[in-house]
Amino acid sequence: MKISREDVLRVAELAYLDLSEPELDTYRAQIDEILEYIGKLNELDTAKVEPMAQVLSGDQTADATLREDLIVPCAVAEDVLRHAPDPEPPYFRVPKVIER
Amino acid sequence: MPTNWTIDGVKEALAAKKISARELTADFYKRIESRNRELNAYLTLSPERARRQTDRIDALVAEGKPLPLLAGVPVAVKDVISTRGIKTTCGSKILENYVPPYDATAVERLEAAGAVILGKTNCDEFAMGSSNENSAYGPVKNPLAEDRVPGGSSGGSAAVVAAGLAVASLGTDTGGSIRQPGSFCGIPAMMGSYGRVSRYGLIAFASSLDRIGPFASNVRDVAAILRVIAGRDPHDSTSTTVPVPDYRAELGKAVKGLRLGIPKEYFAEGMDAGERKKIEAGMEVFEKLGCQLVDIRMPHTDYAIAAYYIIATAEASSNLARYDGVRYGLRVDDESLLAMYRRTRGAGFGAEVKRRIVLGAYYLKGQKVRSLIAQDFRDAFKKVDAILTPTSPVPPFKLGERTDDPLQMYLADIYTVTGSLAGVPGISVPCGKIDEKLPVGMQILAGAFLEARVLALAHAFEQAGGAAV
Repeated sequence: MKISREDVLRVAELAYLDLSEPELDTYRAQIDEILEYIGKLNELDTAKVEPMAQVLSGDQTADATLREDLIVPCAVAEDVLRHAPDPEPPYFRVPKVIER
Repeated sequence: MPTNWTIDGVKEALAAKKISARELTADFYKRIESRNRELNAYLTLSPERARRQTDRIDALVAEGKPLPLLAGVPVAVKDVISTRGIKTTCGSKILENYVPPYDATAVERLEAAGAVILGKTNCDEFAMGSSNENSAYGPVKNPLAEDRVPGGSSGGSAAVVAAGLAVASLGTDTGGSIRQPGSFCGIPAMMGSYGRVSRYGLIAFASSLDRIGPFASNVRDVAAILRVIAGRDPHDSTSTTVPVPDYRAELGKAVKGLRLGIPKEYFAEGMDAGERKKIEAGMEVFEKLGCQLVDIRMPHTDYAIAAYYIIATAEASSNLARYDGVRYGLRVDDESLLAMYRRTRGAGFGAEVKRRIVLGAYYLKGQKVRSLIAQDFRDAFKKVDAILTPTSPVPPFKLGERTDDPLQMYLADIYTVTGSLAGVPGISVPCGKIDEKLPVGMQILAGAFLEARVLALAHAFEQAGGAAV
């Protein structure tokens, strides 16, 4: 067994994800099988392999990395707030964060 | 009225005033009305926006002004691509009522080129799936065989074109989500190189893999759409300045003498026998066109699925952190902020999405194996000009047949995830039907930014009767 019920619970907690009891059990079993499969990567010696952090090569991204720091208008605040679950322009309202 | 419209056909009919853009669009909506209930391929229709665009096009015609490339062409857009003022759900309950305040660059460019957006297409939730059965709004049926899946995750975008409910559509491909549904629905479907099309407005799944690309009924139209949506966009720092050629002008280029690699690893066990027969027949078509078939090895292919699912799930975990009920989408209230996050996410995400969030904790090894797979491609392209493979190891499977076994579902992406990881362009072109019913797709891959070569090969194959082998 690669992953315990507690592991799944912990990861779900870190991801702020409510899982039901049946979901926990199903995912534990399925993720166990998937991790078992992924374990085949350990057959490869990657000690000297650089991770692929960029898809494009340098010459393809020549001027794509830096731009002028310009201020441009972006007048979408009203639109954005209109579709928010609980807006109080210009704010998003959320449940109380700090307990006194 | 014809049902098999092409981009050129629309333009000619408009210019000759045989039909107006408004009439053409109305005709498509009529067909959607009669067919969409059973197919479930469109989630949202946008008749008002379509009307504004057809009025613009019809005004151009009336004034005798030149018509842009996609004038009046009815298109559909996958529901993970943002459309200003039109609901964009990503096939998820968590975005059930989300209306984006801006357009994706690809959408903006389609409309600027004259296309008429009919609506948004169904897909697997947040583009996670290979059958379209992970949509919170129900599965899409394959219009060619309604007991079968259309493929995924861009199942709706493939189905609407195959069923004649749009002339072309946009989908997204992260591990095969354009090519595989194209294959399953018997139409050409393409992803350009990573960086070829701006991702601005594409709601992120796995940012180092996600690409937007076209579906159409023929390769020439695929080339036209790609031309319109490709190119540098200041809103996406990974979109490149590599020039965009006129892909349609390149279609006639001779393919004779091109060396096409056949990677042994793609023809291993697990491939459906009927599928294999069609792909072999398709290869003969390329031989008759004067291409040279070369056996090659891509030794890390067997590790691609494992590496892909590590990378894609880790990036998804991070990208999906934003759905917390604060700024948009669903909120399930609770007294405390953290409980509100947990309950919103627990209620808003479906099974596959939650599974991937939990899976996304193993990244570095995946990125190293990704390097090895990219190296396999670089090595291969020293010997050959392009690579031929099946798009999928199996033809369209039955609805419900594979939903209980996520690993088996993941393994169905075996031939498409490699090109995704390497960042190279690829197309799936129709390559016959098994028992004259189930479509097979041939995948053509080439080096980065050689889209024109991919398209020229696909076009030559199509013109030589590849779809009927």
